[in-house]
Amino acid sequence: MHHKIEMSFIHSLNESGLIQITTVERTQYISREQLSDLEKMIRLHYELDINIEGIESIAHLLQRVENLHEELTVLKNRLKLYENE
Amino acid sequence: MEFIDYYKILGVNTNASEGDIKKAYRRLARKHHPDLNPKDDSAKKKFQQINEANEVLSDPEKRKKYDKYGKDWMHADEYEKAGRQRQQHGGFNENRSGSQSSSEHDFSDFFESMFGGQTFGRSEAKYRGQDFNAQLNLELNDVYTTHKQTITVNGKNIRLTIPAGVENGQTIKISGHGSPGMNGGPNGDLYITFSIANHTKFKRDGNNLFTDAELDIYTAVLGGQIVVETFDGKVKLSVKPETQNGTKVKLKGKGFPVYKKEGEFGDLYITYQIKIPTQLTEKEKELFTQLLKLRKHEN
Repeated sequence: MHHKIEMSFIHSLNESGLIQITTVERTQYISREQLSDLEKMIRLHYELDINIEGIESIAHLLQRVENLHEELTVLKNRLKLYENE
Repeated sequence: MEFIDYYKILGVNTNASEGDIKKAYRRLARKHHPDLNPKDDSAKKKFQQINEANEVLSDPEKRKKYDKYGKDWMHADEYEKAGRQRQQHGGFNENRSGSQSSSEHDFSDFFESMFGGQTFGRSEAKYRGQDFNAQLNLELNDVYTTHKQTITVNGKNIRLTIPAGVENGQTIKISGHGSPGMNGGPNGDLYITFSIANHTKFKRDGNNLFTDAELDIYTAVLGGQIVVETFDGKVKLSVKPETQNGTKVKLKGKGFPVYKKEGEFGDLYITYQIKIPTQLTEKEKELFTQLLKLRKHEN
């Protein structure tokens, strides 16, 4: 970890289910796929002073935004089908 | 290059205290932070402006200089020179070590003009690199199977795996392939948006494909077998007797691959377009007339 952040912060994220820590032979790991999300949470916490509860809410809302964005893409493509007829 | 009113950007008065500036910066940063506004370039731009304003107004030295020469930024260097001649110590006491190019910080020309290429902030703060956005143009055939492709972004070759079933307009993130971070901060990410052109006879709606199949009147009436084209080859299809024009049939699993679900496919919907024969011979006309009479008689 190169971010020089407190382990308690990582543990809080783990406890709230925002990231998953895996322990292998007493060493704790975070999977590569989660790193980008973790970095985002670090930025939210340290740059914007957002606490764990706030990060949790933001994570849910960003997921909803992402889902809506995907839905919009599908609907736009569907609309194109009819426009091209 | 125009004068930038940093006070206006942060929405504070020119006599705002350090606390007011910090508060205003926090409020606006929370609103426009790129992590909270994904894929929103206007928010990203606004966030850069807010950062720049905060960079100047939260630093007493920079703020002093800005307040003094801000509107006359074009002549700031002349003032500085004159100041130096008057005193042993220059009026501008900026630390110019570790200079960085403006493009790395996305500072405005105005900022560069006033403060030059200096380190971002007074501290050794880490900054995440900028995200890159790129568009990749592909054909529908290209995304029917998972394949690897090398793309060049900012002069760097990146080998990507493009999963089958990717959607037109879909954006995927390649972590860490954006601009390098500052002071050991993480690299930005690369966002690739797919623009998928469809020059096939199939229409795509998500994982499902749609196409028309011509059906001669005799097969439509009597039933039979026809050969239809699917995306990955031809298949034989049984047509029920008395099939009506516009009838849709579903070929399960013959549609488009489901994104990131290997081996799963959508369905193919075929709409029958019944073709009426033309240039009938006399004999054919006679037979159709007979059929007509028969039908009238029966009704």
